[in-house]
Amino acid sequence: MLKVEGLHKSYHMGATEVKVLKGVDLAVKKGEFVAIIGASGSGKSTLLHIMGALDRPDKGAVEFEKRDMSRFGAGELNRFRNDAVGFVFQFYHLLDELNVLENVYLPAMAGKSIAGWFARRKAAKNRATQLLTQLGLAERARHKPYQLSGGERQRVAIGRALMNEPRLLLADEPTGNLDSSTGNGILDVLERFNETGQTIVMVTHDDRIANRAGRTVMLADGKIMD
Amino acid sequence: MYKITLAIRYLLKRRITYFAVVAVALCVFIVLVVMTVMAGLVGDFKEKNHLFAGDCVVATESLVGFSYYEEFVETLEKADFVEAISPAVKSYGLIGPQGSGSIGVEIMGIDPAMHSRVTGFGRTLDYHKTDVSKAFEPAYDPNLIGCVLGKDLLYQRDSYGTYTIGDGPGRAGYSVSCFPLTPKGATAGTKTDMVNTKTFYHSDNSVSGLARVDGSMIYLPFEWAQKLCGMTNPNRANAIHIKFKPDVRLQDGCDKVASLWQSFREGKTGDKQAFLLDTVTVRSWKDYRRSSIAPMEKEQTVMTVMFGFVGITTVFIVFVVSYMIISHKSKDIGILKSIGASNCDIIQLFSGFAFLVGLLGSGIGLFTGWLFLEKINEIEDWLFGHFGFQLWDRTIYAIGDIPKKIQLEVVVTIFLSAIIACLVGALLPSWQAARQKPVETLQVNQL
Repeated sequence: MLKVEGLHKSYHMGATEVKVLKGVDLAVKKGEFVAIIGASGSGKSTLLHIMGALDRPDKGAVEFEKRDMSRFGAGELNRFRNDAVGFVFQFYHLLDELNVLENVYLPAMAGKSIAGWFARRKAAKNRATQLLTQLGLAERARHKPYQLSGGERQRVAIGRALMNEPRLLLADEPTGNLDSSTGNGILDVLERFNETGQTIVMVTHDDRIANRAGRTVMLADGKIMD
Repeated sequence: MYKITLAIRYLLKRRITYFAVVAVALCVFIVLVVMTVMAGLVGDFKEKNHLFAGDCVVATESLVGFSYYEEFVETLEKADFVEAISPAVKSYGLIGPQGSGSIGVEIMGIDPAMHSRVTGFGRTLDYHKTDVSKAFEPAYDPNLIGCVLGKDLLYQRDSYGTYTIGDGPGRAGYSVSCFPLTPKGATAGTKTDMVNTKTFYHSDNSVSGLARVDGSMIYLPFEWAQKLCGMTNPNRANAIHIKFKPDVRLQDGCDKVASLWQSFREGKTGDKQAFLLDTVTVRSWKDYRRSSIAPMEKEQTVMTVMFGFVGITTVFIVFVVSYMIISHKSKDIGILKSIGASNCDIIQLFSGFAFLVGLLGSGIGLFTGWLFLEKINEIEDWLFGHFGFQLWDRTIYAIGDIPKKIQLEVVVTIFLSAIIACLVGALLPSWQAARQKPVETLQVNQL
């Protein structure tokens, strides 16, 4: 499904160039649950962002379903982010102005014109409600993010990421901001979705969390270590 | 759809946006009130000038006047675009109650019935509105030769702009003195005949609403004005006021009159008094009264420019508020981009927010402005009654109520300007927001 080859990425910190990725190669098969583990600053999040088209590599190729993403135009990249991939961030990143239900169906709204949204509104709301029920948040649909606990917020973020039924779910330290038992709950949710066929790539610095994934790869010194 | 939803939520949930809305509302309120009052004053002033002069005026500034006016009047009477014509004598003289001192006045000799068909003269009278032809017949003795006095020559307005006068003109004679001039401009008389003096009796008052006219004009019967000014033998006049038929455009009518005048003047080449025609011009009422209207129009332009600066202030306020909102919403921009929002979507979102600020602000401003204008005269009366404050002193200025008629084009212009100002104010912050990279805004150290 996803193939990364010879990926390089560097950042400038003042006058200094920091090489974060130095030729990363990685392949993810459909239905896999892959954990990328590495120390803080090893480039895990950068790799995840490039795989999700939130950032561009300096060199190398990312292929998604055998299509070279470097050839995607701006519109295609936006569509890719909207319906092919879903993001779960460490800090949930929910919109404070929207309630839980609205946060979950936001990607469905974003992918539609006004007319398109009115035509699909009911179906989208049903899908969002169904996801919230699966995530145990049916009662919280009308609550605002600030009224939820950290674990609940992360589950809302997972619901949002899965709203448009993406082929790939990218999770960046999804339990990094949660206590151990809440984090395990989130991993249970991810495992459950993976069992239904959802492809997941998760980034973490914690071995125990990485072990919940089907496959673990280590990122060190800007490269994947076997 | 999410852009509209989020723009509305940003508007409602962020208290700082209320300041932007209030700022826009205040600007719109001020501009609407000032522009309405100013446009009302200018429009009213123009209308009064139009009523004073008719549509087109063939006139000379020379006090000598011009000959052959009767022939040109006959020519005009045959023209299909002319509805009415009124020749007039215009000069200067001295008047005073019999046996007392004199004051300088402007003299206008007219046939009241003809002049009323061309101008609004009849409507300016106090006592002869229904039978203007008898404007120069004093009610107390129709056999006397009357005169119509500009009302401000006789009476003063009170603080509310109303004249306190009796039931009718009192039996008062006014001696009017003029210096008769020959066609060449020399004084027609010598020694004791240097000045022509005649007593006229007060038959009516005229209130044109033009302070200068009402404070210095005395209307006399046309023939008597000619005699006083030495404009007989040959007969001369200073102006011919013309009213066009309703379907004739002002400029078209003036062009036709100018063409007729040109032909008429060419036909008189070589005649004895032809040289008097050289100073005659054909002008629309706007040009004829330009010296009166232009300062008002200039004031209106200055006000418009000043309120243009108010508009710039609005742009700046919206810019600052948008900038603050957007700088607090960089995380949202990252989130939206991560779910597929484009740069254009981000610009649309924040432009939509600015549009809503403009819509709400201008809506509130227009509504409160309308409400204020509806009650503006009552408010002024209350302020005058309690604090002695008036927008302008009615004893000095010939203005009655404060104009409050809102013009649709002014409302539309202000409304659109406010919204455009808001969009302009939000343009740069929106563009900067759209350029933000999601990976930067979503970084842990950005939170």
